Amino acid sequence: MIAALGLLVGILLGIFLQPDVPVGLEPYLPIAVVAALDAVFGGLRAYLDGIFDDKVFVISFFSNVVIAAAIVYLGDKLGVGGQLSTGVIVVLGIRIFSNVAAIRRHLFHA
Amino acid sequence: MPESPPSGRERLRNALLRPGRPQVVVAVLLAIVGFAAMTEVRANQQDDTFQGLRDQELIDVLNGLAGASQRAQAEITRLENTRAELLSSTSAREAALEQARAEGQTLQILAGTVPVTGPGIRITIEEVDGPVDVDSILDTVQELRTAGAEAMQFNGEVRVVAQTSFEDGVGGIEVDGRLLEPPYVIDVIGEPATLSGGLVFAQGPIDQLEGDGASVDVVQLESLDIETIRPGPNPRFAEPAPTQ
Repeated sequence: MIAALGLLVGILLGIFLQPDVPVGLEPYLPIAVVAALDAVFGGLRAYLDGIFDDKVFVISFFSNVVIAAAIVYLGDKLGVGGQLSTGVIVVLGIRIFSNVAAIRRHLFHA
Repeated sequence: MPESPPSGRERLRNALLRPGRPQVVVAVLLAIVGFAAMTEVRANQQDDTFQGLRDQELIDVLNGLAGASQRAQAEITRLENTRAELLSSTSAREAALEQARAEGQTLQILAGTVPVTGPGIRITIEEVDGPVDVDSILDTVQELRTAGAEAMQFNGEVRVVAQTSFEDGVGGIEVDGRLLEPPYVIDVIGEPATLSGGLVFAQGPIDQLEGDGASVDVVQLESLDIETIRPGPNPRFAEPAPTQ
C-alpha cells in the first residue's frame, strides 16, 4: 500500500514540479529509469516468491541504475554510446519481460 | 512460520493491508522511479532541440539533412528540366499551328471559300457590236492567272476558282452554270500593273475581246473587295494520307 502510494507521489511530483533534466544527465536518465524498473519488477517477483529483502532490493536498485549509467557513459567515451544504450535497453527489457512472466504466474497461476 | 508457505496472492494482500518498514523503503525508491520517469517523459515531449544529443547523433542528423537537401536540389533540377521541355514543346507546337493556319488561309483563298480584299483591277466588258466569244473570256481569265491573279469574281456573283467552267449561254455566258449577262465586270486581286499589263499585248485578251466587238475598260484600284464565296466541297471519298 505504501509502496503504491510512493509511486503515485513520485509521478505527481514529476508532473507538478516539471523539473528540467540537466544536460549532462540527459543521455543516462532513460537508461537509469529502465534499469530501476527492472529492479522494481525483480523485487516484486522476489516478494511474491517470499524471498524479498529490503536491503537486497535497495542495493540491487542502485547498482542496476549505476551500472546501466556507467555502461552508457563508458560507451559514450568509447564512441559507441548509442549502440551500447540500445544493448542495455534490450537486456533490461528481456529481464523485465521474464520477471513480469513470473509475477503473472504467481498472481493468476497462468 | 505457518505450516505451508503463503501463495503469491496472499503475500500481496498482506502487503496491501499490513505495510511494514520495508515498504517505506520500497515506497521511497518507487517515488524516485516515478519522478525520474515523469521527468524523462516531459523532457521527451518538449525536447525538439538538439541539446543533449551525442556527437554521433548530431552528425547523423546533419547528414540526414544534407542528404534531404541534396535530394530536394536534384528534384528541383529535374522539375526545371521538365518545365523547360514543356515550354519548348509548347512553342514548337505554336509555331506549327501558326504555319498550319497560314497555309490553311492560303488554301482558303485559292479555293475561294473566304471573302478577300486587296489591290487589283476591275475589267468592264461591254458588248457593243455583238456577243463576246466565251473563248475570249476564258483567255482573259487565263492571262490574268498567268499575271498572278489571286482571286477573281464575275459581276459580283461568281467567284472564279481552279475548276470554274465557262460556257455559252442564252443572252450571255454561263460561269459555273450560272447565267451572266453583259456587261461583264471582272474583279481581280493581284498586282494591278502586272495584271493590266497581262491584258494589253498584241493579240492579247483585249485585242480578242475588241475583235469580238466589245469595249474593254480596265481600272486599277488600290483596294477592292471580293465578297462572293464558293462553298467548299465536301469530299466523300478522298481523305488526307496518314503521312504528315
